[in-house]
Amino acid sequence: MLTPVPPVIAAALSWRMPLALRLNVAPIDYVIVCLYFAFVIGIGWVLRKQLRGSADFFESGRSLPAWICALGFIGANLGAQEVIGIAASSAKYGIATAHFYWIGAIPAMVFIGVFMMPFYYGSKARSVPEYLKLRFDEKTRTLNALSFALMTIFSSGISMHALASLLQVIIGLDYNVCIAISGLIVLVYVYSGGLTAAIYNEVVQFFLIALGLLPLVVLGLQDIGGWSGLVSHLDQYAAARDMPGAWSHAWGPLDSPAHNPLGIEWFGVVAGLGFVLSFGYWCTDFLVVQRAMAAKDMNAARLTPIIATFPKLLIPVLVIVPGLVAVALLQRAHGDFSLPAAADGSPDYNMVVPAMLAKYFPNGLLGIGLTALMASFMSGMAGNVTAFNTVFTYDIYQSHLNPGASDRHLVAVGRAATVGGLILCALAAYTARQFNNIMDMVQLVFGFVNAPLFAIFLLGMFWRRATGHGAFYGLLLGTLAALIFHGNTLPFGEPAGLVKGGWMSVRHQFGSSMAQNFWMAIVAFTACFFGTALISLATKPSRSDSELRGLVYSLTAKPRDDRQAAWYARPVPLGLFVIAITLGLNILFW
Amino acid sequence: MQLDIRLPMGLLFLLLGAVLVAFGFFADPVIYAKHSLGHNVNLIWGAVFAAFGAFMLWLAGRAARRAVTENQPAGADGRHE
Repeated sequence: MLTPVPPVIAAALSWRMPLALRLNVAPIDYVIVCLYFAFVIGIGWVLRKQLRGSADFFESGRSLPAWICALGFIGANLGAQEVIGIAASSAKYGIATAHFYWIGAIPAMVFIGVFMMPFYYGSKARSVPEYLKLRFDEKTRTLNALSFALMTIFSSGISMHALASLLQVIIGLDYNVCIAISGLIVLVYVYSGGLTAAIYNEVVQFFLIALGLLPLVVLGLQDIGGWSGLVSHLDQYAAARDMPGAWSHAWGPLDSPAHNPLGIEWFGVVAGLGFVLSFGYWCTDFLVVQRAMAAKDMNAARLTPIIATFPKLLIPVLVIVPGLVAVALLQRAHGDFSLPAAADGSPDYNMVVPAMLAKYFPNGLLGIGLTALMASFMSGMAGNVTAFNTVFTYDIYQSHLNPGASDRHLVAVGRAATVGGLILCALAAYTARQFNNIMDMVQLVFGFVNAPLFAIFLLGMFWRRATGHGAFYGLLLGTLAALIFHGNTLPFGEPAGLVKGGWMSVRHQFGSSMAQNFWMAIVAFTACFFGTALISLATKPSRSDSELRGLVYSLTAKPRDDRQAAWYARPVPLGLFVIAITLGLNILFW
Repeated sequence: MQLDIRLPMGLLFLLLGAVLVAFGFFADPVIYAKHSLGHNVNLIWGAVFAAFGAFMLWLAGRAARRAVTENQPAGADGRHE
């Protein structure tokens, strides 16, 4: 998705790489990749026979156990941006990149499990936009559905483009062939098996990525002298940049924007990333929420995001440590590791993972590493495509074009949307290839639309007086605030313009694009929150209390944990447990 | 009954593990000196993959046996009243 981890986006988007880093791939590696491709297609084929209607195709029949939904929840998010982008960010910004997990994901995932899933799942809405219709009105739903559908297409297109560009560089595969193969494979299994096939493949992809990249961490750490050797190299690197400890400590250097490479202070991280962006993505984005809504019952739906926090806590080991090891290896005197140069002559950190695969993985294991990389790109693509076909079918087609469509017809539309969606993704990929700046712009516009989104969900779920007009115009107001903020601010060292900001006037400068992003989110959220509240108070309620039952906190019976169940099978105790672990990790790496 | 994902996943990891282990036995050891700090990672990690695959298969088998037991009508095995 484009929205989730905003920082990473910049990295994922900059696939402008006529760079030299060719992996020495042997037939054994291709055998392994082909085995995997056959497997993912096979899953779709087997599940095809079990589809009985639209509920099965779009919602997995609401029948899956929590652990499968949880791994799908994480797998759909573990796309290219995460594996490649977070490794790049950790090389650039150090261990503070872990904030995208510890504060930028875990609290929001626990929050949605404990507080929000009862509304999504209990309301029987089939999608997040449909929840907005039930809670507010049709226009709010349509605005959200259209922006989400467009976003998924572009996001999936960027994944496709990134995969094709990467494979072109590292194994010499033709760009067009790669677009065709990746698109066709995703098409076959989503078309055949619907959401269940996508989630099942996400589960497999999760394990493949985890087990496929773990040797990279182990070998990298051994090579650099273990954890203490790594920290020692990172501290030397940070000291040389006059930012002591900035690469090996997560919170300490956030006392001032001048003390860390992110160029931001702790408040911007906590409020911008930890609250607005994180909750805005994890609690409202249908890509991930759809996985929890496929669970077999309410308890499983609530447990889904909370169980997913455990793999989410482990993923930094797989994606952040390689980035840190790469920095340490570049510091080492041997000169046995290098990264290709980016357009501006600096090391291209997007190539951290491929360069480390080339260094540490012999043929055989290299096939596994390549497969893990491809799996990450394809899981991101399939996640977007399944969310797109559901929103298109339910919230655009059935809602506006053919309200009386039969169940069978809806499945056919969903399949057609899968085909059409992937064709549009391929077009988006070619657009990205031709006009990188256009894709940056698209990304930016989505950032404006998404930053304030959480405000209307927060007010909608926890304040019954919030109205449809309030939500709709509040969202537009938040977007406008983001636009004005962007037009008046600029990161240091960047040219003023439509992409980087400052296109109205440069009233304030930030230490990095990321700092600008975090603060833009804070401003957009605040404008949307207060705008929605004020407009709601000035307009008539769009729903009666009886219509809001099951949709608003104060009018809904609170789900009670089964006291007989073990603590780890109950959302609240499990959520508290994971919060305690997260706190411990923050203190450990302070 | 819906497909238990642990079954195909177990088979995939077992198969990938077997391929890696076999390659670990026969490949030229020079590749390990050049890449993986001298460790035969194909052999080691192939065994890890295979063990993970076997574990998934065992879990799937256990779940299938439980499902059969739970679906059996009372008394069908002759031990109930």
